[in-house]
Amino acid sequence: MILSVENVSLAFGGVKALSDVSFDVEEHEIRAIIGPNGAGKSSMLNVLNGVYHPQTGKIRFKEKTFSDMDPHQAAALGIARTFQNIALFKGMTVLDNVMTGRNLKMRCNFLQQAVWFGPAKREELEHRRAVEQIIDFLEIQHIRKTPVGRLPYGLQKRVELARALAAEPQLLLLDEPMAGMNLEEKQDMCRFVLDVNDQFGTTIVLIEHDMGVVMDISDRVVVLDYGRKIADGVPEEIRNNKAVIDAYLGVAD
Amino acid sequence: MPVGTLDTFPKLLMHHAATRGARPAIREKDLGIWQTWTWQRFADEVRALACGLHAEGLRRGNHVALVSDNRPQLYAAMCAIQCLGAVPVPLYQDAVADEMVFPIQNAEIALAFAEDQEQVDKLLEILPRCATLKRIYYDDARGLRHYKQPELRSYDDLLKVGGESLARDSTSIDSEIASGSGSDVAGMFFTSGTTAAPKGVVHTHASLLGPARTAAEMERLGEDDVILAYLPPAWIGQNIFSCAQAFVTGYCICCPEAPETVMTDMREIGPTYYFAPPRVLEALLTQVSIRMDDAAAPKRWLYRKFMGIAGRVGGALLDGKPVGILGRIAYAIGDLLVYGPLRNVLGMSRVRIGYTAGEAIGPDLFKFYRSIGINLKQLYGSTETAVFVCIQPDGEVRADTVGPAVNGVELRFSPERELLIRSDGLFREYYKNPDATRQAKDAEGWFHTGDAGFFDAGGHVKIIDRVKDVGKLSDGTLFAPKYLENKLKFFPYIKEAVCFGHERAEVGAFINIDPEAIGNWAEKRGMPYSGYTDLASRDEVYDLIRECVERVNADLAGEPEIANSQIHRFLILHKELDADDGELTRTRKVRRGFIGEKYGQLLEALYSSDSMVHVNAQVRYEDGRTGTFSADLKIRDAKTFAPAAATRAA
Repeated sequence: MILSVENVSLAFGGVKALSDVSFDVEEHEIRAIIGPNGAGKSSMLNVLNGVYHPQTGKIRFKEKTFSDMDPHQAAALGIARTFQNIALFKGMTVLDNVMTGRNLKMRCNFLQQAVWFGPAKREELEHRRAVEQIIDFLEIQHIRKTPVGRLPYGLQKRVELARALAAEPQLLLLDEPMAGMNLEEKQDMCRFVLDVNDQFGTTIVLIEHDMGVVMDISDRVVVLDYGRKIADGVPEEIRNNKAVIDAYLGVAD
Repeated sequence: MPVGTLDTFPKLLMHHAATRGARPAIREKDLGIWQTWTWQRFADEVRALACGLHAEGLRRGNHVALVSDNRPQLYAAMCAIQCLGAVPVPLYQDAVADEMVFPIQNAEIALAFAEDQEQVDKLLEILPRCATLKRIYYDDARGLRHYKQPELRSYDDLLKVGGESLARDSTSIDSEIASGSGSDVAGMFFTSGTTAAPKGVVHTHASLLGPARTAAEMERLGEDDVILAYLPPAWIGQNIFSCAQAFVTGYCICCPEAPETVMTDMREIGPTYYFAPPRVLEALLTQVSIRMDDAAAPKRWLYRKFMGIAGRVGGALLDGKPVGILGRIAYAIGDLLVYGPLRNVLGMSRVRIGYTAGEAIGPDLFKFYRSIGINLKQLYGSTETAVFVCIQPDGEVRADTVGPAVNGVELRFSPERELLIRSDGLFREYYKNPDATRQAKDAEGWFHTGDAGFFDAGGHVKIIDRVKDVGKLSDGTLFAPKYLENKLKFFPYIKEAVCFGHERAEVGAFINIDPEAIGNWAEKRGMPYSGYTDLASRDEVYDLIRECVERVNADLAGEPEIANSQIHRFLILHKELDADDGELTRTRKVRRGFIGEKYGQLLEALYSSDSMVHVNAQVRYEDGRTGTFSADLKIRDAKTFAPAAATRAA
């Protein structure tokens, strides 16, 4: 077990975003979080990488327990994420954007970087190599030098995934990686998520609305509704779960 | 270029390794950096692979399939196969699995090289239907970690085991190489089987290397030349450019990083020798035009101004014809400001020889590249002839011919105007298909191309159509519908054209206007219109199209052989020809016979004296419903010109 969430509750004033949610994530698995709009999925992800601090509950990551953590701490521990509405540096090239994912791994200090020749140059070459491997992996060689703002949406999503991967995370949080994509882009993205999981052994937690995608690629699924966990299990179980069907389709009064 | 004993690909490779071992043979961009294989490294890899393949049971005369994009490993594998006297059979990497069944069954292929998971999947899919296929070597292991099929083996593993056996015994592979001869089979290329089963075109070392050498000598290719290998390796052209000619001259082949990066790679590499089919050149020009339209006003002005100058003097300068001093100065300034940077953007700054072939190229498109100083020339050839049949020599470049025969190639035209070829580059046979071989290659060794054409006044070959489509006017004049249609289609305003004239006194044409081009044209004139049909019936549009037709006629008047096939009358069709209605093939070729029947009424009117025809046609909408359409179509006469008198004798 790489991550477990224990009895987490999160409230913004009177609004309860999450109430007493617990689940765990096994190493190497693809874990999906689903639920209707406003169910608390993104809040959950924000708790996991320390953007929000839950009022109660604990998070255990790699045998360490936290009641809350900061985003930079999460990143240093090996948690990387992508965002629902792409958060890239639009004016920078794909290469530079992905390079920023290596930021935490850079050891040279400000002075060395200013001089550049010597250790900083060696280090940069090393990082560039790692970044190039990810570029190759995600097949974005042709846009390497293109400013991100000029790219279509589907490719921007892929660049964001590349930047997250550049940090060599153990746990990758994907917030709606396929939202707004056409079928072909979705298929590509699915393949990349599966390949990342398989090739790098990265554990993946993802939020997704496309049920087909969720059922196809995830190992286990957590379902949230109004901030509560209403189901947890393998896709087959979730598909037939009464509470889930009710939450999605509504209940006849 | 020593020939003599270097009569096979492997022998040439070993020769290069010995004489220019440290020079680059092949480059590939990997992880963002160009990686170079020297000739020595290339030869080492090939020998090791050959040892590995020998241990896998590959013997003289066996066939090996290769499904890969352009990669050093692909070319190494091909040469390793040739070392053992076996035959590489490159297959199109974008073919679907089913299309690979026939070649593999036909050539009883046991071993196959596949580039990556995609290709491995295809081969595994057809494995049950290909009983002979025993082994698949993959190069890129990505995604294949969980594949447990016993047929799979990695390229690296083959290379490693081969390398070990090479270290133990390096003499037997060298004697295998030495025992090869020019008359051995060097490769087999499957023609696309759109109408019938594909045919395996068998080429020997001599038939591939001979023409490659002749053409290289003619163009003075040498070890300093560089080419970007970006077209499918299963196409014989890519094979000639990136294997045969490289092996003959020792120049360097560059493999792009990915199919999408070709433009960038081209700019980085700066090839000196370049091939592109017209559609690629057209796409590049479109990109340039679009970007120029987006540019700031002064830049657009500069571009227009200097492209005008280039159009006037650029081609002549390239041909070495006399140009006045003012023209030269203007062109030099233009070169500094526009043409040079443009060539650089296109990645063509260093192109010394550029070829285009495959289909007719529009004169404006062709002139554009020539005028900015790129030595683009036409050539003619086919899979069966190992490409080089005709090449336009420097200084004799024209948009509408394919040039005179290359040294060592004999050409003649049959009474039916079919081009016949005899040369040392002809294929040996169609594999296991003696009937087809006999049909294509007669007893005296003439290859029947199926293309119709004639020699123009300068001795250049002009290809006009497929023989089966060529007809005769009632006065006996040659009638080549596609030739006329192409000439019409080179005008941006004309999208499709269908010409009729077989066994008739004169030629008539149906025209489809290009709604976008004409639409723009109409907008600029402030002419409101509702749609295609409306535009197609306007008198202004008829006048515009008539000018185009008359320019074609003026052009035809200068070609004595077909001067009489000028277009006398035309009409603009009320609807766009559509593949869904069976009027075009799926590859957008007009189905002349079908259209002639379907619009029989229009055709009749075209050959009457009426200036108007009523059409009552059934149309099928996109949602599948049908409706009827009725309108009056105008028919117009076009001016024809007296044939250029001097050469009428032909």
